[in-house]
Amino acid sequence: MECVDATKLEQIFQRYPQNESSLIMVLQDIHDLFHFLPCDALTLAAEKLGVPLSRVFSVATFYKAFSLKPKGKTVVRVCMGTACHIRGAEQVLCEIERNLKIKRGDTTEDLGFTLETVNCVGACAMAPVVVVNEEYHRNVTPIEVPELLKREGEPHEN
Amino acid sequence: MKIKSLNDYQALQAQLLQEQPQDQKKILVCCGTGCRAGGSLQIAEELDKRLQEQGIQQKVQVVVKKPGCQGMCEKGPLVWFMPQGIFYCCVKLSDIPEIIEKTIKKGEIMDRLLYKDPGTKQKVEHHHDIPFLSKQHRLILRNMGIIDPMDIRDYIRMGGYQTLIEVLTQARNPDSIIEEIEKSALRGRGGGGFPTGRKWRSCKKVPGPRYVVGNGDEGDPGAFMDRSLMEGDPHSVLEGMIIGAYAVDSHDGYIYVRHEYPLAVKHLTHAIEEAREYGLLGQNILGTNFSFDIHINRGGGAFVCGESTALMRSLEGKVGEPRAKYIHSTERGLFDKPTVLNNVETWANVPLIIKYGSAWFRKIGTEKSPGTKIFSLVGKVKNTGLIEVAMGTTLREIIFGLGGGIINDRPFKAVQTGGPSGGCLPASALDYSVDFDTLTTAGSMMGSGGMIVMDDRTCMVDVAKYFTHFLIEESCGKCLPCREGLPQLWNILNEISLGHGKVEDLDRIAELSQVIADSSLCALGTSSPNPVLSTLRYFKDEYLAHIVEKRCPAGVCKALVSYKIQDVCVGCGACIRACPVQAIIGERKKKHEIIQAKCIQCGSCYAVCKFNAIVTGPKVS
Repeated sequence: MECVDATKLEQIFQRYPQNESSLIMVLQDIHDLFHFLPCDALTLAAEKLGVPLSRVFSVATFYKAFSLKPKGKTVVRVCMGTACHIRGAEQVLCEIERNLKIKRGDTTEDLGFTLETVNCVGACAMAPVVVVNEEYHRNVTPIEVPELLKREGEPHEN
Repeated sequence: MKIKSLNDYQALQAQLLQEQPQDQKKILVCCGTGCRAGGSLQIAEELDKRLQEQGIQQKVQVVVKKPGCQGMCEKGPLVWFMPQGIFYCCVKLSDIPEIIEKTIKKGEIMDRLLYKDPGTKQKVEHHHDIPFLSKQHRLILRNMGIIDPMDIRDYIRMGGYQTLIEVLTQARNPDSIIEEIEKSALRGRGGGGFPTGRKWRSCKKVPGPRYVVGNGDEGDPGAFMDRSLMEGDPHSVLEGMIIGAYAVDSHDGYIYVRHEYPLAVKHLTHAIEEAREYGLLGQNILGTNFSFDIHINRGGGAFVCGESTALMRSLEGKVGEPRAKYIHSTERGLFDKPTVLNNVETWANVPLIIKYGSAWFRKIGTEKSPGTKIFSLVGKVKNTGLIEVAMGTTLREIIFGLGGGIINDRPFKAVQTGGPSGGCLPASALDYSVDFDTLTTAGSMMGSGGMIVMDDRTCMVDVAKYFTHFLIEESCGKCLPCREGLPQLWNILNEISLGHGKVEDLDRIAELSQVIADSSLCALGTSSPNPVLSTLRYFKDEYLAHIVEKRCPAGVCKALVSYKIQDVCVGCGACIRACPVQAIIGERKKKHEIIQAKCIQCGSCYAVCKFNAIVTGPKVS
């Protein structure tokens, strides 16, 4: 157990009944802690919950909420819901790709940014929406992209 | 305190109303996800702080509340003054001093913050006069924007939980509740439209233990009804589920909430804790023999988990793959036990039906689809947001009446309903009534309630491609037709959008779609070709324009489009400012020009030009 903090993991396991039905919740908490799922943590989760490691991996790779790769400090999520799509989300996404010099789904080499797409964050009346870390940005246009990335998700004044 | 009887409840309600009467001066700062993005939380806190500092709170007896989503998210942050009903839109932190001086201290109305009707261009002073709101039939949304979702006392002040308490303390026969729901003809609001009462009845027939589940995994893109409901009025969902659990004799309930809705998780979790404190959930509810508790599960970000059987697999901690429907969930559902699974909006209907009776409910809506339905009206429509209307309202009334028509008065092209399983309906369908059966006949479906309006600048080939891509990403991969068929469908559509399409491709699309629809296992697979089939059915000429003329009439498909500035350009400079690659040049008040070599076809200039000076044409090589 080199890279993961075993005591913190132990706290997570204590929160739930130790069986298969807790698996997704345990993985979610591990993901919240590290922002990705470290391999060692998955092995430990398999042991604790009595689930074969293969099944842990199957769940970890099935759900979009989980990532096996470390993510950047700032996670930029571009909503690709229908309302955002027809109001120009693709153009905004292309502009972010151009600015960060990475493609959707990738992380910059310095682990500064991860660019993700999400199929609807349910804020359709504000389309197109970009979520930078936990901050929602409404009616984003391609021209606003450099400014948006510069702020790196600081709380913004109206 | 724990409520033990109807008397306890009535005494509590009276006390709460005395502390804060219905006509209490209130400032309601909408704190739904939409308004929060505009900084409404800071506005509420600042307002509260300043009122306290200045001692105004005691003088005029006003309270600041943070209710959930009002539905008019686009105009947020929204501030609503009660009981006068004055309503402000797009409020900024910097407006607060003036609001305190003028509106709160003197009762003056600030003209610049009023809602401007996009149709009549008239300013509207009061909330109840805004057509977008006054034309609605708000039953499920009755408390939205009014009560604080983080405070159970607000829900009790509005009469919440009274129905549950009457049911339990009067020891009402559980079967009579199922009968009432059956008589009401309530149909599942998640999209399927299955009769709720029949579902409860068949579950009750199977020996327990039984489970009840609330489906809050609203995955349809362009829909956010369930999010707002769970965020803004979580107790109404809980009350419905507790009544349902009593009717089918269940002791364990789950609500499955989408991973992308953190605020809904927070509000529901808090609501459950409060309900336990008041003795409305947990062991021996209201001192009776009935025990029931609800757990929250967060989804893993998989669209397919909105499908009932996949959702139950996910609750069990497994991969969310659907199974064949001939095993009914009401017999073998969650943990292989009989399960009633309903959408959260369906659950929120239950207390109202039990309170006012099935006869009352059936007077609303149509004969086969009674009641109301919440829709998220979004896209290229002037008023976007959440609306609740009686079933049977026509699409025209919704889009042009409530929605106020199309942005910039452009021509209406289509409305997409039913999410990725639904379809696009053209202008000729505008007079169809919105209910489960009519929309299905028209080639779309009701779905969970997303309604995305499209104008002449939306390309239907692109929309079909968009949904197909969505479904490729979200296909669980269990069965081949959906997993492999959809990528093939996308390839054909992509070739068409690149200008490489052939006329025979249209037959191949139709054939492949039929195979996918016939041979997929779950409802998501069988309905997956709908977006393609409905656009092909109603907008075939647009497909042909791409294939034969190598032209995208809407100006969307990048490979087939170039932009040009016409002589009507007044030189306002809006396009220059919008262009991310500095491809537009020109002096102020003189006609501008696009340097084609630099242009990346992003369409930003086209979108911002108010003079229709920018036109699309075929690609210039």
